[in-house]
Amino acid sequence: MDPILTKYAREPNSFTLDFYTKHEGYEALRKALGMQPNALIDLVKASGLRGRGGAGFPTGLKWQFVLKDTPLPKYICCNADESEPGTFKDHLLMERNPHLLFEGCLIGCWAIGAKVAYIYIRGEFYHVQKVMEAELAKAYAQGLVGKNIMGTGFDCDIVIHRGAGAYEAGEETALIESLEGKRAQPRIKPPFPAVSGLYNCPTAVNNVETLCNLPAIITNGAEWFASLGPDKNGGPKLFCVSGHVKKPGVFETGMRTTLRELIYDYAGGPFDGRKIKAVIPGGSSVPILLDDQLDIPASFDDVAKAGSMLGSAGIIVMDDTTCMVWAAKNLLHFYKHESCGKCTPCREGGDWLYKILTRLENGEGEIRDIDLLVSVGNNIAGKTLCAFGDAAATPALTTVKHFRAEFEAHVREGRCTVPAAWRAAKAPVGAH
Amino acid sequence: MSFHPLMMYDERFHKSDRKVADEGPPFTFTPERRAQLDDIVSKYPSDQKRSAVLAALYLVQEQQGYLTANGMRHVAGILDMTPAEVEDVATYYVMFYKEPVGKCVLQVCRTLSCALLGAERVTEALSEKLGLKVGETDKSGMFTLMEFECLGACDRAPIVMVNNAQWHEKVKPEDVGKLIDDIKARGDKAYSGCHLVVEN
Repeated sequence: MDPILTKYAREPNSFTLDFYTKHEGYEALRKALGMQPNALIDLVKASGLRGRGGAGFPTGLKWQFVLKDTPLPKYICCNADESEPGTFKDHLLMERNPHLLFEGCLIGCWAIGAKVAYIYIRGEFYHVQKVMEAELAKAYAQGLVGKNIMGTGFDCDIVIHRGAGAYEAGEETALIESLEGKRAQPRIKPPFPAVSGLYNCPTAVNNVETLCNLPAIITNGAEWFASLGPDKNGGPKLFCVSGHVKKPGVFETGMRTTLRELIYDYAGGPFDGRKIKAVIPGGSSVPILLDDQLDIPASFDDVAKAGSMLGSAGIIVMDDTTCMVWAAKNLLHFYKHESCGKCTPCREGGDWLYKILTRLENGEGEIRDIDLLVSVGNNIAGKTLCAFGDAAATPALTTVKHFRAEFEAHVREGRCTVPAAWRAAKAPVGAH
Repeated sequence: MSFHPLMMYDERFHKSDRKVADEGPPFTFTPERRAQLDDIVSKYPSDQKRSAVLAALYLVQEQQGYLTANGMRHVAGILDMTPAEVEDVATYYVMFYKEPVGKCVLQVCRTLSCALLGAERVTEALSEKLGLKVGETDKSGMFTLMEFECLGACDRAPIVMVNNAQWHEKVKPEDVGKLIDDIKARGDKAYSGCHLVVEN
């Protein structure tokens, strides 16, 4: 499939307004502003566009839930807090084509009747934000954003809001809390943001890639969009392949492409002489798949059938030099560090999982530690306000499920049994 | 002191590693930064000034290197928040420094994709070159070494971010020495590894 969202991503100056308007930029917005908002929502529903942030919830439906008859202002929050380990697609979109995102935001605002879109960008993407702010100023100057857009009488502002380093801010209600100037901690749902979100007003929270798909849907129609992938998994999709592959990167294709094709044909396959041991198909929060499970289409539904999730489509490949106890420990360090601390199972449990895994990896563990790991993991998953709890337990639970023998070998031998050359001799002292 | 005879809260029973924020010298924004902040505040609804708290804290950090109690009180005054609310936010987010750091803060991404391609060895090499453990600042106040969680550029692993903004990509442990020498010699000009800068 020819790339649609990243068509011009490799060309110099593709991020500028001049380049974008020369390539039919903002034409979809003009067309959208000529449509009734309801018709626009119906179009997006018919296209079957599903949220690209991780959960895969139908975008049209999400918009339909946004309260209509209310005196309160409505908001679009664009989730650009791309922090899921292994995911870097929104980074590319914003860096190489920020106007596509602005156009998507404006279309979204028109559909739900919002006058402001907040783009919550993670603090680490400061170099991207600088580019976006400069481009946004140009779009304002040309009357593409702001008051009376394209002379249609539609007013809409876009505000770029810089986060400050919190993985949890990627959860939609935590993102809203953070935007309100509080700690990024999730809210109890319901009420969902569509009813009571930012400043207690109806809000739609959409991922960057989701919003970037809107111009293409409006230009080419819902049937075209749906035809690009399997049933209910239409449209172009960005896949991020990283880890032990020859050519890591972002690849755009339809969701009929299999995981194996993505890893071997697009990302060049594993390094010479090495074999794939495990693959995380959708960002670090999802269960791992083994080499023999890779011949499935990389769609939301097919990956779910195989027992994992497409999530944010961050595919992390680990080859046979990887110690799975070490990999689980690495991810648990991430989750214990990033837990927002609101729910006890996740705040305390994540730390315990990390401690147990460290013990096992250092060869100081006992055989009962493996069952303890599973027990603690099961007491986190499903017992927290947001999906973070499940995400934190997953690396521990699935590595034990598939590689129990490796855990047992660590206990038996009293050391790591697969120490690779690319790892440090010992973990750095004083790590937080 | 305890409010209940059975619940004693002295040091034997309750210990917290929470540090009280450094008081620091008296703080007011420079007029330019104050204008910058007022501009940011105007982007949010007039009764929602506190939305700008992250931006305000970045400005404090820019002005004096790290966040002090006086700096946070100043922000609280501008945004109609209590100092406790500002501290609550400031202590949550990892990009705010709560104690003095070096001029050049090296932040190595340590999460899986970077680690699979040798991030641990990059940290090790930096640690050896600078004679610092993770989290420490050298005596001259030039370098601070930190570990960071996933920076979102796993295709260019391993990543070393400098001062929350400048990225160095595909860093090899053996090249780290050169990078440090380069930063020592040329200062800010040595930061040029970001592909956006390189490709355009």
